[in-house]
Amino acid sequence: MHPAPSVIFFTVFSGLGFGFLAWLGVGIPAPQGWVAFPYYFVAFAMAVGGLIASTFHLGNPKNAIKAFSQWRTSWLSREAVMSVLTLAVMGLFAAANIFLNMPIAILGIIGAVLALITVYTTSMMYAQLKTVPRWNHWTTSLLFILLALGGGAILAADSLGTILFVGLAGLTQIYVWDAGDKRFAKRGHTMETATGLGGIGKVRMYEPPHSGTNYLLSEMVYVIARKHAIKLRIIAFVFAYVTPIVLAIFSSLVFGAYIIALVAHIAGLLAQRWLFFAEAEHVVGLYYDKR
Amino acid sequence: MTQLPQTTDKKLGLVIDLDTCVGCHACVISCKGWNTENYGAPLSDMDAYGAEPSGTFLNRVHSFEVQPDTGGCAQTVHFPKSCLHCEDAPCVTVCPTGASYKRSEDGIVLVNEDDCIGCGLCAWSCPYGARELDQTAGVMKKCTLCIDRIYNENLPEVDRVPSCVRTCPAGARHFGDFADPDSNVSKLTAERGGMDLMPEQGTKPVNKYLPPRPKDTLEEVDASAPILTPVSDTPKGFLGWLDKALEAL
Repeated sequence: MHPAPSVIFFTVFSGLGFGFLAWLGVGIPAPQGWVAFPYYFVAFAMAVGGLIASTFHLGNPKNAIKAFSQWRTSWLSREAVMSVLTLAVMGLFAAANIFLNMPIAILGIIGAVLALITVYTTSMMYAQLKTVPRWNHWTTSLLFILLALGGGAILAADSLGTILFVGLAGLTQIYVWDAGDKRFAKRGHTMETATGLGGIGKVRMYEPPHSGTNYLLSEMVYVIARKHAIKLRIIAFVFAYVTPIVLAIFSSLVFGAYIIALVAHIAGLLAQRWLFFAEAEHVVGLYYDKR
Repeated sequence: MTQLPQTTDKKLGLVIDLDTCVGCHACVISCKGWNTENYGAPLSDMDAYGAEPSGTFLNRVHSFEVQPDTGGCAQTVHFPKSCLHCEDAPCVTVCPTGASYKRSEDGIVLVNEDDCIGCGLCAWSCPYGARELDQTAGVMKKCTLCIDRIYNENLPEVDRVPSCVRTCPAGARHFGDFADPDSNVSKLTAERGGMDLMPEQGTKPVNKYLPPRPKDTLEEVDASAPILTPVSDTPKGFLGWLDKALEAL
C-alpha cells in the first residue's frame, strides 16, 4: 500500500493524542487550573491535528461531513463519530479542570474509554481489510491500542505505564512483523485463484493491461524501497520501543528523559508506520504479478 | 445506505468467456467512451500525450500465460476485468458516507458521486481492482453495468446492454440476470462451469468467468501411413499384369 504522508501523520499523531487523553481522563497526571492548559493543548493538538491530516488524503473533502452517517457498517464512519464524541467529552472534562478547578472523575473515565475505542476504530479501518492479509488480524488493533497507551504514558511522564505498555507494544510488534510476513502465503491467495486458471496449471503474466501505471498500482501495489525494510524495522524498534523504555527506567537520572523519549518514540513510530503501509501487500497485485 | 440488501430481485451481471476473448481491448475503449461521455464525472487521463500516460478505466484486459500441468505449450488467456457486482460487496459496507451502495432491485453496485469524499477505502477493500479514484474529479469511479443503457428506452433494444457487451467483436461477453435460472448467463454458467475470481475472499461475485475449454489432444498416428499402405497385396487383372511386368524390369 502507498505510504501517504497524510495517513502516516494521521495515525501516528491521533494515536498519541487519544492515548494521552486516555491517561489524562483517568487522572495520570491530574493537573488543575491553568497549569492543566498545556497538557490538554498538546493532547488535543495531536488528536485534532492527526484528524485534519487525514482529510488531506481525501479526493473530495467538501463532502466530509457526510462521513458521520454510516456508522452502522463503516469503520471509517465509526471513527469519525467516536473521535468527535471523545473530543467533546474530554473537552468538557478539560474545561472543568482548567476553568473551574473541578475534576469530574466519571467524565474523565468515560472520555478515557471513548479515546481507546476511537483508537480501536482507527485500527479497524485497516484490520477489517481481507484484501490486505498483513493487516487483517486482531493483533493490528492490539498494537494500535498498546501504542496509544504507551505513547500516552510517555506524554504523561509515567514510568511504570511507559515500561509496561511500550514493552507490551514492542512484544506485539515482533509478532506482528513475523506473522505478517507469512500471512499472505498462508491465506492462499495466488495468481491461480485470482484468475481461476489454476485448474489448467501455473499462471504467469504475459501482458499487463496498459503500458503505463494506474491508480491501482500507485495506491495499492507499492513495491518501492522495500529492500530497506529490515534496516527500517531495526531503526523503528530501537527508537519507538527500546529507547523510551530505557529512558523510563532511568528517568530520575536523565534530565528531560520523557522529552527525549517522546522525540525518539515519534521518530520510531513514523518509521514503523511507513513500513506498516509500504510492506502491506494488497491481493490486487496478483493481477499484475506484483506484490 | 451502506448496509447490503439481504437479497436482490434480479442479479444482473456479466459472463466473460475466457475461451473466446481475443484480447482486442475493444471493450476497454467502448467502456471508456460511453462512461466518459454520459453520466457523472468523466474518466480523466493524466499526461495523456506525455511520456507517462495514465488514466481512469472501469474495465481493463490483462493477458496471462498458463503452463499446463500436463505439459505442452503454454496457453495465452486474455482476461477482461471489471466490477463483479459482488453479492457480499466489501466496497459498499466500508463506505463512510453512503455514497457506495448496492441496488436491491437488480444488484448493481453504484457510487453516488455527490456523496463521495474520495477516501479510497472502497478501492482498498476490493480484491479485484474494480474501483479507481479519478485523479481529476477526486471521486470514485466504477462499472455501472451501463445502467444508463440497459434501462434506456431511447435506445434501440439491441443497444440496451452494457457497452462492453455490445461492442465485443468475438462474442466473449454476455449480459443477463443470474437470478433467473433460464437466462442466457445462467445457462452458460451451468454448461461451461462458470467460476468466481478469488472465491477465498468471500465476496460472492455475481459476474462469472468461463474457463478456457480443454485443449484437444491428438492420438499418436503416422500421418503418411494411410496414403502409402498398399491397397491390395495380391493385385489381379490389369494391375496384376502391370505389377508383374514392372517387377520383371
